[in-house]
Amino acid sequence: MSWMRFLHRKRSDSELQDEIDTFLMEETADNEARGMSPDQARRQARLKFGNAQKVRESLWVQNSPQLFTLIGRNVKYALRTLGRTPEFSIMAALIMALGIGATTSLFTIVRAVLLRPLPFRDPGNLVMLYEHYRQNTGGDGFNAVAPGDYRDWRSQTHSFEDMAAMRGYGGIISGVQSELPEVVQSAGGSANLFSLLGVLPVFGRTFTEAEDQARGQPVVLLTWSIFQRRFAGDPSIIGKQVHLDTIPTTVIGVLPSWFTYPDAKIQFWLPYAQTFSPGDYSMHDGHQSMVVARLKPGVSAEAATREVSALQYQIHVANASKPVAEDVWHRPMIDDLAKNVRTPLLVLLGAVGCMLLIACLNLTNLLVARSATRRREVAVRGALGGSRVVLICEQMTESLLICLAGGGLGLLLSLVSTYWLAAHWRNLPRAESVHVDGWVLTFMLALVVAAALLAGLVPAISSTGKGLLSGLRESSRTLGGGASRARLRETMLTAEIALTVVLLISATLLFKSFLHLRTTDLGCRVDHVITMKFGLPEIQYDTRDKVVRFHESLLERLRRLPGVRGAGLVSVPPGAGPSGDRVFSILERPAPSYNLQYDAIVLTADPQYFSVMQIPLLRGRVFTEHERLGNDHYIVVSKTFVDQYFTGDDPVGKHVRVGWDTKPEVYQILGEVGDTVNDITKPAPPTMYFPILSGIPDRTSEATIVAYTSADPLTMSMPIQRQISALEPELPVYNALTMDQILGKTSASQGFAANLVLAFAALSLLLAAVGLYGVLSYLTTQRTPDIGLRIAVGAQRSQLLRLVLFEGLRPALIGLIFGIAVSALATQLLRSMLYGTRPLDPVAFAGAATMLLAVAVMAGLVPAWRASRIDPIQALRTE
Amino acid sequence: MRKSSEPQNEMVKGTLDMMVLRTLIGGDAHGHTIAKVIERSSEEILEVEQGSLYPALHRLEDRKWVSSYWGASENNRKAKYYRLTAEGCKQLVRETSRWRQMTRAIGLVMGEEGGAQ
Repeated sequence: MSWMRFLHRKRSDSELQDEIDTFLMEETADNEARGMSPDQARRQARLKFGNAQKVRESLWVQNSPQLFTLIGRNVKYALRTLGRTPEFSIMAALIMALGIGATTSLFTIVRAVLLRPLPFRDPGNLVMLYEHYRQNTGGDGFNAVAPGDYRDWRSQTHSFEDMAAMRGYGGIISGVQSELPEVVQSAGGSANLFSLLGVLPVFGRTFTEAEDQARGQPVVLLTWSIFQRRFAGDPSIIGKQVHLDTIPTTVIGVLPSWFTYPDAKIQFWLPYAQTFSPGDYSMHDGHQSMVVARLKPGVSAEAATREVSALQYQIHVANASKPVAEDVWHRPMIDDLAKNVRTPLLVLLGAVGCMLLIACLNLTNLLVARSATRRREVAVRGALGGSRVVLICEQMTESLLICLAGGGLGLLLSLVSTYWLAAHWRNLPRAESVHVDGWVLTFMLALVVAAALLAGLVPAISSTGKGLLSGLRESSRTLGGGASRARLRETMLTAEIALTVVLLISATLLFKSFLHLRTTDLGCRVDHVITMKFGLPEIQYDTRDKVVRFHESLLERLRRLPGVRGAGLVSVPPGAGPSGDRVFSILERPAPSYNLQYDAIVLTADPQYFSVMQIPLLRGRVFTEHERLGNDHYIVVSKTFVDQYFTGDDPVGKHVRVGWDTKPEVYQILGEVGDTVNDITKPAPPTMYFPILSGIPDRTSEATIVAYTSADPLTMSMPIQRQISALEPELPVYNALTMDQILGKTSASQGFAANLVLAFAALSLLLAAVGLYGVLSYLTTQRTPDIGLRIAVGAQRSQLLRLVLFEGLRPALIGLIFGIAVSALATQLLRSMLYGTRPLDPVAFAGAATMLLAVAVMAGLVPAWRASRIDPIQALRTE
Repeated sequence: MRKSSEPQNEMVKGTLDMMVLRTLIGGDAHGHTIAKVIERSSEEILEVEQGSLYPALHRLEDRKWVSSYWGASENNRKAKYYRLTAEGCKQLVRETSRWRQMTRAIGLVMGEEGGAQ
């Protein structure tokens, strides 16, 4: 209501003027009627009316919202003050923009990844179930589930509403004439998976129970991404066929675009059972699946899991000789998705939080310095009756304006940086759901207000404090007020430096880990090696003979290729991630009890692989051309294998029995080679190499070419691909990567976090240096007369230099001690992100401390030097 | 007898609005008339301060309890007339009954039989 009044207050004022005039005339007329003289009548009328101006003012105030005018006045005043020192204002706004922008960005990502509920029906009731071995051998205790276990759980327990299984899978998709083959990632999902999650297909339908059988009708569900990309979003594809791994398969449906679970790279879904051979579908000792379960209303996850866990123990007892877990563990689905990024995200959020705090402290510092120069003004206004609250509000408006400007800039900054982060953070789950929305804006506004309060309240209160009158009395010579102000600034500076130290130490640790990963010795040649993966379709290549013929002719062609100095075949190259493992026993040694089950990575390799990759032969020999086809019961083992299972004894000539899906087979050990690492964040696992020239289709048809080249390995990628297509024109080749790229890929996410924290730490260091410089300059200016006096009575300039410098280093040293103490605790949280170093690494601590002291000395040197150059006569005269 | 320094002619807070509304029952009026009527009917005990009368009139108009129009005064001058609206009548009834309760209550406390009258 008063808004209309407010907008029309000029007009209503002029109307009021008219009304007042009317009143005066009426009253005058009345008075004249009572017999007064005209002058007397007018005078009496005016006297009766009183102060017309006051009436107008009170109506004006009544028509203007009080708060609004107060704010308007404060803003006007603050803008004028800020405009008087534009450099300061811009600097301050930029500092705040950095802090607020970075914090908002990280919050946006944390919200999307960790906080926002999953886009499924009733997502709070979804949990993931994992197997847990009581003899936990590394990892976090959550292990993938065997299909046999899942099927028993589902059919024999009733504590969950339902449970569904899925697994990662691969596949080659091509047209019905086998055209345009493409290697893509896929997944297997049980028939009830989509209804359990509450996902409806955009077109068509999901799997039926009849299709979700090992020998069910071959059907496929497309994800939105391949539907758009490969099929141009044409729904008529439903009901038509495509070839998956050369099997004609009917497309039955398309999933919605938002369904990118478990990650966005999945291109199509197959019925879960069809991703297994009929024998494997009921196995209890092959673990690869993820199980998602929906809780019954009112039943806790613990209680429901207990029933499943009890069943699992029975399965374990019934399969005592096999690796079958005893227990079942659960965790909420949302935590499960974010398990790998949770710590890095929280660490980064902590880092930007620290940076924001430092920025606030810095702004506080700058404002305190400014308020010192305005002390007299404030004192005069206070003495004239300006209320303290009004004065505080006025100064708060200033910091609020700076923070608002910073927030606006920060929002722009965070828009850019959020999308950059989401796009460049490798394997960030739910990256597609990262966007700025109302909540993020609210968060940012809250940040702005909090920062303004934090940065503005201290200087405002301190400058309007009880010493108002002393401010009036204070002459330039007395240092009383200045000293307490300086102490305040020193305290804040100490806090700022302590925070910086924490950031610096964390960044050093993370960066050291990253460097460690980058320089990890893979145990093989890294330079000038290109790798390239292919998988022979098992329909055409169904005998050992055909597979071996392909492998041998490919190797022969590659070795003749100009620019290739050596070529070999291996199932999975070093550093490229985990490959399958198998349990085994050693004939010459007593059989292991279940808990000490022997287990090793299984790789297949050709005879020359070891020499091409420079994997050293330690004992015995590697394969020759004779270990091929049926003559394949020979293996080569790695050093860790020998150390772990032969306690370093000579393994050559010994025999191992390996449990394949079908039946155990006995292999003779030919030799021992050096270790290679498959995941640079983990130590080298025990490894068994089987001859790839055995040609057994399901063990050797997928292989990776490793070629040692004389020129830049990437330039050899096309010539090698041409050799493959000369042999098999429709065979797709994928993952053409140099060893350097493989290394970079696995260390990238660590490097990413390390670089970001390092950037935050560098910024904080800069801010701390600015703060230190500011405080010291201020102190020096305050003490100019004092220093002048000292020089006049004969103090040495070097003495003065030391005096001022040490005074400046005091907050730095105290801050350093606090910072180190806090870091000792804070870095424990980083433990899971550290490789090749530990939370209390003395090198990192010493390095960060040295760096900080060096910067502190540099920041202090300029004012100290200036103090020592003070002209005593000038200084004493300035009073 | 004009009575400026006597305390009882200070308006009880919040009653001005009520009295203005009451005055307007007798017909539309402009500010001067309203003030005069209030003073006269209080037997010159109450003095209307112009400093609060005009803001009060504008406030009542904001709340839609009175409407206004420009007309000619008794002396044929341009004057802003105020008229009681239906909403204003209801408000007057509410205010009056509250006022009665109030004075009765105060009367009871002051020991007057059956409240003040």
